Amino acid sequence: MMPVEAFLRQDAEAVRPAPALVKRGWRKLLFGDVASSLLTVLISLCALWAVPRVLDWAVFDAVWRGNGQACFDAGACWAFLGAKWPLILFGIYPPDQQWRPIVVVLAFLAITLWSLPERNWTRATATGWLVVIVSSLLLMGGDTLGLQPVPTGDWGGLPITILLTVLSLTIGFPFGILLALGRRSEDRMMRWLSVGFIEIVRGLPLLTMLFIAAILLPLMLPDGVTFDNLSRALVALTFYSAAYLAEVIRGGLQSLPKGQEEAARALGLGRLATLRFIILPQAIHAVIPPLTNTVVVVVKNTSLVLVVGLFDLLSAGRSALTDPDWPSPYIETYILVGFVYFVICFGISRYSLWLEHKLSAGVQR
Amino acid sequence: MTTSPLTGEEPPAIVIDGLNKWYGDYHALRNVELSVKRGERIVICGPSGSGKSTLIRCINALETHQEGAITVNGTQLSSNFKAIDEIRRDVGMVFQGFNLFPHLTILENCMLAPMRVRRQPLAEAEERARHFLARVRIPEQADKYPGQLSGGQQQRVAIARALCMSPSVMLFDEPTSALDAEMVKEVLDIMVDLAEEGMTMLCVTHEMGFARQVADRVIFMDAGQIVEMNTPAEFFGNPRHERTRTFLAQVLH
Ligand SMILES: Nc1ncnc2c1ncn2[C@@H]1O[C@H](COP(=O)(O)OP(=O)(O)OP(=O)(O)O)[C@@H](O)[C@H]1O
Ligand SMILES: [Mg+2]
Repeated sequence: MMPVEAFLRQDAEAVRPAPALVKRGWRKLLFGDVASSLLTVLISLCALWAVPRVLDWAVFDAVWRGNGQACFDAGACWAFLGAKWPLILFGIYPPDQQWRPIVVVLAFLAITLWSLPERNWTRATATGWLVVIVSSLLLMGGDTLGLQPVPTGDWGGLPITILLTVLSLTIGFPFGILLALGRRSEDRMMRWLSVGFIEIVRGLPLLTMLFIAAILLPLMLPDGVTFDNLSRALVALTFYSAAYLAEVIRGGLQSLPKGQEEAARALGLGRLATLRFIILPQAIHAVIPPLTNTVVVVVKNTSLVLVVGLFDLLSAGRSALTDPDWPSPYIETYILVGFVYFVICFGISRYSLWLEHKLSAGVQR
Repeated sequence: MTTSPLTGEEPPAIVIDGLNKWYGDYHALRNVELSVKRGERIVICGPSGSGKSTLIRCINALETHQEGAITVNGTQLSSNFKAIDEIRRDVGMVFQGFNLFPHLTILENCMLAPMRVRRQPLAEAEERARHFLARVRIPEQADKYPGQLSGGQQQRVAIARALCMSPSVMLFDEPTSALDAEMVKEVLDIMVDLAEEGMTMLCVTHEMGFARQVADRVIFMDAGQIVEMNTPAEFFGNPRHERTRTFLAQVLH
């Protein structure tokens, strides 16, 4: 027999607080080992070389005000942005009417900010969006409001980017849900139609779809029915959003355990109520990160509408560069345009992180 | 619901007549016949894969069957959505895996169906939800999310959620199998309460103590058939079928 060492506790071990976490200091971070030391030195050298040059160009040699003459043979021509920002942001929209696109941009900014907190996700907010979208279209066009009419071909810049993004996503989202459900449907016809649509749209470059919308659509439609360029671009972008959103949402639907639907149906909830209250909220929550990704891609995709003759933010910026009185300050213009895109996309991405965190707060699985 | 004028007897809660079900080529339920009286408590046991879940899931049409008829409170199950919805409103179900809705609070879990299906106003739905949460002895968890509760608590919420719809029949599919031993009792206690209040119950369970305590009849299933059915005293004291005896020897040790 093995000897057994008996044990019986006499007094309890003390309960102690956990030892404090040791934070890694800067020195450790930058020079902790050979690799990070090398990296630190390398990056510092690059910075030493680049920073003075960039500063010279962007600050010390830059032209801050004045006209085009001052900008030749100088550093950054910020004066150009000061003079041309309306053209860059609003394209060839009639200069004396530019308060209209400004109002539109501000209205979208306001409703977006209003919609951010969860407590404002109400029916009234949804109606608010509808009102903003419709009145923006009317205000930009002008004729129904008795203002100077501006054809959609003359709209440009930021309002085009915003309108195309918002419209293609709001129309594409329900459409994408239908496609995702269709793809999982037991009805073979529905399944084939959905798969067909999704695969065709995903298989075509967006540029091709925009061309098709611009050239083929008018040919296929009966005489007398015309679409302006904005609607054509919108059709292509909406198809694109719907197909990509559908695949993302399908992933979310697949991630749900079967028991969720069964429990809802067993309680007597119908198919629609089950979708609306049980399936979709969970499926969409599960795919917020890829959903955000798709939204950001759609925002940036609007820059392709140039091919159907629309001037979004990027192309409006480029058209500003053609003024012969100024040198062509490409970099400065692209910095401004890039900055606007960045603010929009970075904002969306931060918001989605917050949202994901917020929605997961209670739901720990 | 009405008492028959001729016999003075209430019509049965559930009548299952010649039920056959196949999964592909696999004959999962073979000619099942069962009639459940109002207020009757039935425990179904049997080895894994014998068709217990399939049988009770056919009753609220979570599974479709190919042959036979199922009648619940006088309404016959058909492919008619109206009939299915009517039956589901009246038949509560508790699953092995709880299946609470993780994105809703406990209270919302209990209020959703009464508000959407029974069109109860919010105040009434909330009052009833709190009432049933108190009955399953977790009134204080109402505002938490399912993920914050223990398994036993979640299963009690699932029972409360089903009761909020005022069902006349409750189906249980192994409600305690996913629970740690110390939580089994808290769920069984609730089920015993329910049984004592006269709820019509069909329970798939291997809790033989529960079967002895509350069941009016115990059913043993094997290979898609009802093999033996008897009062608990007879079933446990004097099992007649060979398969029942081997099964009981395994679960009772
Ligand atoms: N969706 C399905 N598709 C195909 N076969 C199935 C399906 N569901 C169940 N089966 C089969 O039908 C038979 C009965 O299954 P069921 O789930 O009713 O058994 P059970 O008695 O509940 O078993 P357990 O005790 O393991 O829960 C099993 O052989 C199972 O493999
Ligand atoms: Mg089972």
